[in-house]
Order: sequence, then C-alpha cells, then structure tokens
Amino acid sequence: MAETRTLRVTGKEPVADDVVALTLADPGGARLPDWTPGAHIDVILPGGLTRQYSLCGDRWDAHSYRIAVLRERGGRGGSAYVHDVLAVGGVVGLGGPRNNFPLVPAGRYLFIAGGIGITPLLPMIAQAELLGADWQLLYGGRREASLAFGHDLLGYGDRVHLRPEDRHGLLDLPGFLARWRPGTRVYCCGPAPLLAAVERACAGLPPHTLRTERFVASAAAGLARGAPFEIELARSGTVLTVPAHSSVLDVVTAAGAGVLSSCRQGVCGTCEITVLAGEPEHRDSVLDDAERAAGTRMFACVSRARSDRLVVDL
Amino acid sequence: MTAPVSHADPFGHDNLEDPGPLHESLRAAGPVVRLSRYDTYALARYEHVHAALTDWQRFQSAAGVGLSNFRHEKPWRPPSLLLEADPPRHDAPRRVLSAIIGPRALHRLRERWAADAADLVDRVLDDDGGVVDAVPALAEAFPLRVFPDAVGIPADGRENLLPYGDHLFNAFGPPNDLVAAGAGRIAGLSAWVDARCAREVLTADGFGAAIWAAADRGDLTPDQAPLVVRSLLSAGVDTTVHGLSAVLYALATNPRQWERLCAQPSLARVAFDEAVRWESPVQTFFRTATTDVTVGETVIPDGAKILMFLGAANRDPRRWDDPDRFDLGRDPSGHVGFGMGLHQCVGQHIARLEAESLLTALARRVSRIEPAGPVARHHNNTLRAWRSIPVRLHRK
Repeated sequence: MAETRTLRVTGKEPVADDVVALTLADPGGARLPDWTPGAHIDVILPGGLTRQYSLCGDRWDAHSYRIAVLRERGGRGGSAYVHDVLAVGGVVGLGGPRNNFPLVPAGRYLFIAGGIGITPLLPMIAQAELLGADWQLLYGGRREASLAFGHDLLGYGDRVHLRPEDRHGLLDLPGFLARWRPGTRVYCCGPAPLLAAVERACAGLPPHTLRTERFVASAAAGLARGAPFEIELARSGTVLTVPAHSSVLDVVTAAGAGVLSSCRQGVCGTCEITVLAGEPEHRDSVLDDAERAAGTRMFACVSRARSDRLVVDL
Repeated sequence: MTAPVSHADPFGHDNLEDPGPLHESLRAAGPVVRLSRYDTYALARYEHVHAALTDWQRFQSAAGVGLSNFRHEKPWRPPSLLLEADPPRHDAPRRVLSAIIGPRALHRLRERWAADAADLVDRVLDDDGGVVDAVPALAEAFPLRVFPDAVGIPADGRENLLPYGDHLFNAFGPPNDLVAAGAGRIAGLSAWVDARCAREVLTADGFGAAIWAAADRGDLTPDQAPLVVRSLLSAGVDTTVHGLSAVLYALATNPRQWERLCAQPSLARVAFDEAVRWESPVQTFFRTATTDVTVGETVIPDGAKILMFLGAANRDPRRWDDPDRFDLGRDPSGHVGFGMGLHQCVGQHIARLEAESLLTALARRVSRIEPAGPVARHHNNTLRAWRSIPVRLHRK
C-alpha cells in the first residue's frame, strides 16, 4: 500500500440527474480498510479540497469502495471537479473511513432519505435485509430522475416508498412515522430542512429513537496539504521533513523514535502520538470530531499536518 | 494441489511445552499444512496468517474460533458477541467496546495504574525482600488488582477469573485432558462470571457500567450488554497475566535488555510488544472457510477449520530478522500477537498500559531481575503460559 493513502478511480457512471457513482480501489490492488454501514471517507482532491462521501457499496467486497457524488450548484468546486475532471484512472487521497452514523441493532427500522442522503442508507438497508429486520424506506427528491439508485431499490418491493416532489409534494412524515412501534429506530439523512422536519415529527418518540446525518457539502476547514512539512521531536529537538509520499510514522521510525504501530490503516490506535504544537490533518478512523478539533493527538500511520511544522512529544 | 500433511498434535503436552520445533516444521512444509489428527488446515507463515486474520469475508469467526465447528456442533457456552461473531452482528458490540476501552479512554487510568504499580513493586521489595515468584507476585497480582476495578466488579471472588479464563482458552482446543481437568468446575465458574455481568452488581464508574449505558442509548440491545461485559472478564485477565509473565521472563533472562529498559524507560511499550511477538501469549485461533479458499496452491474447502499459528508467524524468519532473539532494538510493530483486522484484540491498549505501568515501576526501583530457580510452564490449549518464574529483584 502506498504510504500516503490513495485511491484510484476504477469506475464512473451517472446514476441520476447530477449524480455520478464512483468505484474506487487501492492502486496496488490491496485490501481497503474495513467499514460499517453509515461510514464515510474523506476524498482529498488535487489542490487539497477535501470532501466527505458516504460509502454506499458492498462491504463484502474488500477491494473497492463506492460513493455517489451530487453536483453542487454554487459549491466550491469539489463536486464539479469530480463530475467534470476526475476520470477513470484518476487518483485521489483517502482519509478514514469513519462512522458517525452507525446502524444500531434493532428489529425494526424506518429509513428516511432526502436526495443524495440515500447513500449511507443503502448499506444499512442491505444489512437490515440480511438480518431479517423489518424495515421501510421513505425516499424523497425533486424529480424521479433525481432519485439516485431509486430503480435498484424498487427490487425491495413495497418496503420502499419513492416520493419525488414534483409528483407527490413534500414527504408525508407523520404518515410514514405512524408505522413507528416501540423498538423501532428511525434513520434519516438528507438536507437540513428535511432533518429539522423529521426531528419535529419524532419529538414525541422516546429518546435515542432517531439517528440523523446531515448531508453536507461544506468541506472540512481548510485545504489538505500536498507539500512536505516538518516534524519536530520535542524531547531531542530533532527536526525531520515528511515528504509528500511518506508517512509521519515512517519518518519518525527511521529517525529511531520508536513509535509502535500495528494496522497501519488508522484503525487500531496503536501509533498515537501527542501533538504539542502545530495543526494535524487527521486521516484516521479513531478520533471523533471534538477530538480532531482539539488537535492534541494524532495517529502517525495515516495522519499528516496542515501547518508547516508539527511539534510532537517524542 | 494436495497440501503437505502433519500428523503432529499441536495440543499435545510436548508441543505445548515447546512449540518451536513444530512451528518450524509447519512453516517449512508450505503455506498450508493439513493436520491429519484434527482434520483441519494449519497456517504458520506470517504472510498467510496475516492475510487470514484480515480477510473476515473468507475466514469467518462465527463458526467458532476453536476446533469446534458451530455449523455442526453446539457451543459449550453462548458464543461471544465479539470473538465468535462476524459482521454485521459483530459491528455494534465492537464499536461500543472499542470506544470504552480504546486508547483515548484509557488516558484517565494512566496515573492511577502507575501509582498502583509503584505500590505493588514497593510491597514486593519490602515484604519479600525481592525474592518472589514473578507469576503470582507480579504478573497475576497487577492485572487482578487494576483490571476488575476498572470493569467495576465487586472484590469478592476475583480469584475465580483465572481458572475461568484458563478453561475458556483450553476449550478452543480439542477435548483433551486439559479440558477434562477444568470441566468439573466450569459450571460454577461460568455462573459466577455471568452474575458479575449484571447491571446492578457493577460500580457506576467502570467499563461495565459504560457498556450498560450504551445499551440505554440503544447502541446495544439490553440482552447484548451482559455478554459484552462477559467478554471483558473472559479475555482481559489470563491474556494480560501471561503477557506480563512473558515480558518479565524475557527481561530476567536477557539482562542486557533489562539494562536498556532501565536506561530508557520509554522503551517499556516496545519491550512489551516485543515480548508479545517473541512469546505470543495467545498462540493460536481457528477460523472457518466461508467458501473454497485458495492459499498458496491449496484449496481449503468451504466449512473447513483453519488453525492460525500466531506464535509461528511471530517468529517467521521470512518476516523477522533473528526471530528467536528478544531485542528492544527491534521494531515489533506488525506482529500478530494481538491478531490483526477487525477482530484484533480490542483490549490491546489496556494490556499495553498495564505493562507500561508495571515495567516503568520496576525500572525505577529495581537494578536487576535475577533468575532464582527453575521455571515451570503452565500448559493451556491456546495460551503460552508460565506457572512459575522465581526471581530475585535487586533494589536500586
């Protein structure tokens, strides 16, 4: 596996109006990091734009990821790049996968998707089906042609309710949620107004019933850094350069700093190092958003720097 | 191609006493070896053990990680939701437990465990003049002191944890004399452990209560919570005891490495992982093929049991230079002593923190760990263990 993690585009196809699906694989054909339904990856585009996309493929395929990208009108160019420039054979950077939207065990699920928010729900639905859970999907969008994967979902029969707005108007949330019974979990992903409406509609249900993920086009703050950076080992004062194609782990280990590691995929958490100064760029699967923002710990096998220099407690 | 065949018994007492020659012959024979005695396949080279560990899609755990095949045989206890489960059922228990005992959550225990370790070492030096059996006095005493507290079980009866774990790890092997020897007590021990998994017996601030809190949030179902607590009590004691025994034995018999650790106590983590590589406290686990799997030139048929020799992989000269040497100058990263992939030991950070606490306390107070009598192995079908390591600890 390349020491800075990259993915190669091995497939690109339109799946709805303004939506393309990408198939991504390790350039060397290695296994990709494991993931669970609801997970997303960071896709790092040339120039450092970083975008988060839910994984919507099959986790039993260890060698490819699938994402679907909506062209954002008025966005900052990430989705336009994916639609207009990125082609089969092209390479992007990888962060994660991380999962802030896990499918919890339950006998019954109600899934609500708005537009491209269907993507994290697709593997959840496959999993609910696999486990024999009782589930229903309410899927809204502007027009039938904008409902990505809508045709595939019809294979599930009357569990799936496709409700394009131009024919059905706004989603009938109270009607759908009337199916709720004790023990049912409600999962919703979509634009902010839909989430707000679902939250209001679920207000009378027991706590922890509703799990949501907001589909956001907004990027992580700032750009990923393509250029080399420096890492200062505070205990010795040694300053090392981390080239664009080497990991922090390899650079500090080569210098004899003795950092243990194990999975080398940002998953197991063994190679944690303490950051004393500078701004890390987190690409692991371990830290949550608050811990990332704190910027005091990082995982040397995959994470890098935004700032010109990181000072670490080694 | 037909795989080479070995008629050896990996669970026989000669091989449990010294598995080295068997491991060497299995590695030499090929990527896959058929074990005629148990009608299973063996992997002993690092490359293939690592690949099988990470490939959960084709090497499943839910049919049992012991010799018993749950497709045809009833498990002796309700299967673990972690060790003996595959995605998707494995997801929620793993996610919950990873958060509760992951590296981030353990920072709050660091100071307390360092103080506990210092106290234990002081007492050993004072009460026994430093002449002790390192297995009960240190390797058992320290985990039994800090870990059940961290889980939050009551103080009484904790001595049950070691024989429970010993039988559990024996039960992954064949039904041999070791399993028979533990069978008489296991019903009582299991009942004791199961009773410690209930919400009402757990302290409010421990890992156990955090598991129940996850059930309250709906991240687990209420019937999963006690089984996840049980996983902590099953997998978290014997393993760390034998890991600590391994590093203490290694340091006692390699005085140059002990000097190195004393000169640079920050090597404690490396020392422990090197000992886990060198000794592999968990020697073996089984997987089951979910389809016909080709390894090397051998087709392992769907449903076949596959025995992965972690201990052999960790001393495979194809992967490690001078693998039989315990060496703090080595980078042991990537060893498979904790497994690898999505079933990799969820408690590895606890084990490392226990070891770091104890080794740091010893390095501060002890100038030399001198062997002080004959050592004795403890035989277990899965674990590489010591019964006795007599040592004299020389006070600084």
